[in-house]
Amino acid sequence: MKIVNDAGNMLELGADFFPPDFTDIRYYLEEMLITLHIALWGTLFAIILSVPLGLMCAENMVPAWIYQPTRRLMDAARAINEMVFAMLFVVTVGLGPFAGVMALFIHTTGVLAKLFSEAVEAIDPGQVEGVRATGANKLEEIVYGVIPQVLPLWISFSLYRFESNVRSATVVGMVGAGGIGVILWESIRGFMFPQTCAVMLIIIVTVSLLDFGSQRIRKHFI
Amino acid sequence: MSVISVTKLNKHFNENHALKDISLEVQQGEMVALLGPSGSGKSTLLRHLNGLVCADKSQAGLSQVKVLGNRVQQDGRFSPQVRASRGQTGYIFQQFNLVNRLSVLDNVLIGALNATPLWRSLTGRFSLNQKRQALAALDRVGLADFAQQRVSNLSGGQQQRVAIARALMQQAKIILADEPIASLDPESSRIVMEILQGINQQEGIAVVVTLHQVDYARRYCPRIVALKQGEIFFDGASEQLDQVTLDALYGSKPQAPHSVPQLWAKTA
Repeated sequence: MKIVNDAGNMLELGADFFPPDFTDIRYYLEEMLITLHIALWGTLFAIILSVPLGLMCAENMVPAWIYQPTRRLMDAARAINEMVFAMLFVVTVGLGPFAGVMALFIHTTGVLAKLFSEAVEAIDPGQVEGVRATGANKLEEIVYGVIPQVLPLWISFSLYRFESNVRSATVVGMVGAGGIGVILWESIRGFMFPQTCAVMLIIIVTVSLLDFGSQRIRKHFI
Repeated sequence: MSVISVTKLNKHFNENHALKDISLEVQQGEMVALLGPSGSGKSTLLRHLNGLVCADKSQAGLSQVKVLGNRVQQDGRFSPQVRASRGQTGYIFQQFNLVNRLSVLDNVLIGALNATPLWRSLTGRFSLNQKRQALAALDRVGLADFAQQRVSNLSGGQQQRVAIARALMQQAKIILADEPIASLDPESSRIVMEILQGINQQEGIAVVVTLHQVDYARRYCPRIVALKQGEIFFDGASEQLDQVTLDALYGSKPQAPHSVPQLWAKTA
């Protein structure tokens, strides 16, 4: 009901956003680049750590006394939203992009380790057994029997997480963890809606471009 | 010299007694067919020989599997040398068990993992010599032109030949083949069996092959071992395996001709 009754207010607020104000576009783009960096490094570190952790969460790879504690640890990393981690890291490492990188890194590790381990649990065990039957050791079984099977899925999951981390990185900026989120938050709080609109458009264009780019990368690997 | 020596092997799968006190010797250079109906334990026995399955626990020194003089398992425990033993044993699977997303050449090179230092194998740095060997192995099975193709693009018969090339790459001293032709067409089956026979006769490598088709066993294998319900039912030269023994093995006794009318008579 409220939406119908207060439609006039909504329209007025909407009208305040236009036309967008691009006077500080250089500054916005620089901060957008920082946001991309936060997302990129957060995701990259998470991928590197998720490879061993993902294998350690898979019940067809390790005994229960390894995968159970690892899974609980990943649950914890995933359960806490990146915004909360960002606020904690702002306290410990100070305001700025590094807090954002750490927040995304921990949360994404929790997510990717779970996704990676689910891919590992769905592999064809026969191919691994074929490698084992030649006298290969456990590590060689993983490198030659497991990784080739899960690699397309792992790449796909990682690209998707990178995209969604770009979105998250704009938000963690709001609590002071650097990037375009800081400008977004300040312009909203200052009722500077034309600037807000400009920042939002930049985010939309960036995310669309990334989507397009990752589609091409994915096609190349699968 | 006996290359495979099995003593008093027992295996239970829950309630099912899959192998009952199996003892078996295979001499160097033999080509042996393992026959038996489904569920008779022939695949299970073969998997024990390569240490892919562990037997039931038993008292000290009672049950053991030795391959090429090395202990594979004893009393239901893998020996520490089980990987070295697998390295010397080529194993062919019914479903090929190749890594589908790797190239044919990479799959053959997997056969060299056991003999390659870890830092090389984990980084995929096989030596030029190993690659030459892999190509030679592929040439032997007639697939040298397919080296760069993905395994998943090959037909079943070709995939099985890649698996044999992988065993050749291992420089295996014996080859165990678990129903290698069960999912192949007759022509591919013939090629695969002839390659196995060629390896057996030219290199003197012992081959143990489980088969469903008795005529293939008779044609290619001088010795036949038949399993029934987890026990050795027949062990001897393939000419000695007569129709009476076969009928008893597969339980295909001619049905009593009046059994159906009798049933009909009862209900009527």
